[in-house]
Amino acid sequence: MGKRNLAETIRETTRRHLEEENGLLLGQSVSAVGWVNGTVPDTRGIVELPMTDVAGAGFAVGAAMVGRRPFFVIRFQDFLVLNGSPLINYAAKVKELHGQSAPVFIRAIAAEGIGPVHSTVLHGMFMHFPGFKICAPMSPGEYEKIYTSFMKDDDPYYVSEHRFAYQNKEEFEDIIRDDADITIFLASSPRLFAAEASKTLEKEGTKCNIIHLLWLKPFTCSEAVIRGLKKSGKGLVIDAGHEICGASRSIAYELGMASGVMVHALGLKDHTKCLCPPLQNKAPEVDEIVAKVRNILKLK
Amino acid sequence: MQRSCDLNVEKGIAESFSPETSLALWQKMCEVRYFEQGAVDAIKAGEINYQVYLSSGQEAAAASFSLCINKYQVFAQHRAHDIFLTFGAPPEMLRDELRGLPSGCSRGRAGSNCLQYHENGMHMYGHHGLIAENVPLGVGAALGNNKQTLCIFGDGSAEEDYVSPSLGFAATHKLPVLFVCMDNNYSILTKTEVRRSWNMNEVAKSYGLPAVDIADDPWTVLKHTRELSTQLPAFINIRVCRGYWHAGVGIDGTLEWDRFNMVKHELNELGLADKAAKIETSVCKKMEQIWAKEILLKPLEKQLEDI
Repeated sequence: MGKRNLAETIRETTRRHLEEENGLLLGQSVSAVGWVNGTVPDTRGIVELPMTDVAGAGFAVGAAMVGRRPFFVIRFQDFLVLNGSPLINYAAKVKELHGQSAPVFIRAIAAEGIGPVHSTVLHGMFMHFPGFKICAPMSPGEYEKIYTSFMKDDDPYYVSEHRFAYQNKEEFEDIIRDDADITIFLASSPRLFAAEASKTLEKEGTKCNIIHLLWLKPFTCSEAVIRGLKKSGKGLVIDAGHEICGASRSIAYELGMASGVMVHALGLKDHTKCLCPPLQNKAPEVDEIVAKVRNILKLK
Repeated sequence: MQRSCDLNVEKGIAESFSPETSLALWQKMCEVRYFEQGAVDAIKAGEINYQVYLSSGQEAAAASFSLCINKYQVFAQHRAHDIFLTFGAPPEMLRDELRGLPSGCSRGRAGSNCLQYHENGMHMYGHHGLIAENVPLGVGAALGNNKQTLCIFGDGSAEEDYVSPSLGFAATHKLPVLFVCMDNNYSILTKTEVRRSWNMNEVAKSYGLPAVDIADDPWTVLKHTRELSTQLPAFINIRVCRGYWHAGVGIDGTLEWDRFNMVKHELNELGLADKAAKIETSVCKKMEQIWAKEILLKPLEKQLEDI
């Protein structure tokens, strides 16, 4: 068997969780129509939830409180506006208030181009609330890393997945170079376009540091990265969520404070994600990333 | 069903219980009533500065639960001093939680409407202030560990979107959950009849749950709780009277019925007046000690040192 892609890794990680760790998986329509893009295994411990957004999240949190470490599958992150209440108000608060824990593994899955309430990335909204650990794994190795972390932890995890990455088999590597003109930090689906954007910019003579963000909260950054950012003199954080009050601006602020460098942000425009182009308001891909860097560097 | 103090209460039901049981019910009721009397006095004296949600008036039902299902994991509502005390959690920890002290049951961080206690075999989870959020949590816990579970909510909470599907999910998965609606006929001050045309018993029955609608006579509650505990998931609607406002120590006026004094009267009829009086005096004294001025007025630094 060759290397697993991300979807296969999620499925096999879940299988291990259900079969060997007494875990549970709860979600709506998880055992039908492709088993959530091939990410859900056909094994024990799967609970098909009725179409009860809000209550469904409550069931998952309750199961977490008695030690089942449930995977709670949200097929489209938009549905977390309804399901958010038990997660935000209970799971994320129970430790600080009562010293109890509710480690629920929220598989918050994003998509692109399928309309106003099936295409959104909401990890930025959840970053606002205390009590969550928030990550956006885009590779098989990253997924295994965050699962291992979850099993040693007692916090609820918001795992921001993106369907664009499900076929990915490759790992991402940061690039820090001495002659960089800008340091670009990327989270979620824009990471998949980083290499090509960087190549395009290099052809124009612009050299980029590329930093891949797996953990969005708590956000930490190595000394080497901060040195690279300082040396390049300019920064940019790119994310798949809305820019205003989103992960891109929040992390840009943290990086700016840590480095003293002006760090820009690029996320979605303050518009609805409509169904049809050119109004889809898609997450930044190559052209938009390149254009933003040119703009920051005042290039044509 | 017409709301009344004797709704589905069998005449003479108290006589079918042993004197020990009747007196144990009374003991539990007194613990809630006199603890809260101390809390009310402390609030009026300015010695508690946080919001409280008092159980007085409805303590009979909790007393009954504590005698027959006290090993259940409990997902309680905002008004839960009664469950906390009758199920055996230390009153001192509740007192200190109300005062925001580190010796409170949640280290003073959560307060009156968010009570939790997980010692001595008791597993009480409160909610965090969103009414009935505890209901799906309790159902999820029962799914997770298959332990018998008590979910309590009010007649206002029953209207929250997530309550009905919780009943349905428990029915589908045959989870061992007893759902209880403490029906005081008010959401803050809006009466049930103004808010909705349906009743929770019919909702529960429509999901296939056995359900009863009863007044808060403790012997009646005890009888039905015992019966339904073998048929879970099940639902009980209990008509109660709230002694104080939704929050705080305000009073609306004369109670529709005064269960505390009705039970005392019934104990007299059972020939248990002397024993009941002795219990009441003893509990009253204990709670006075818990709320003693020398404890409340001790400088905070000294209290923290003691802790």
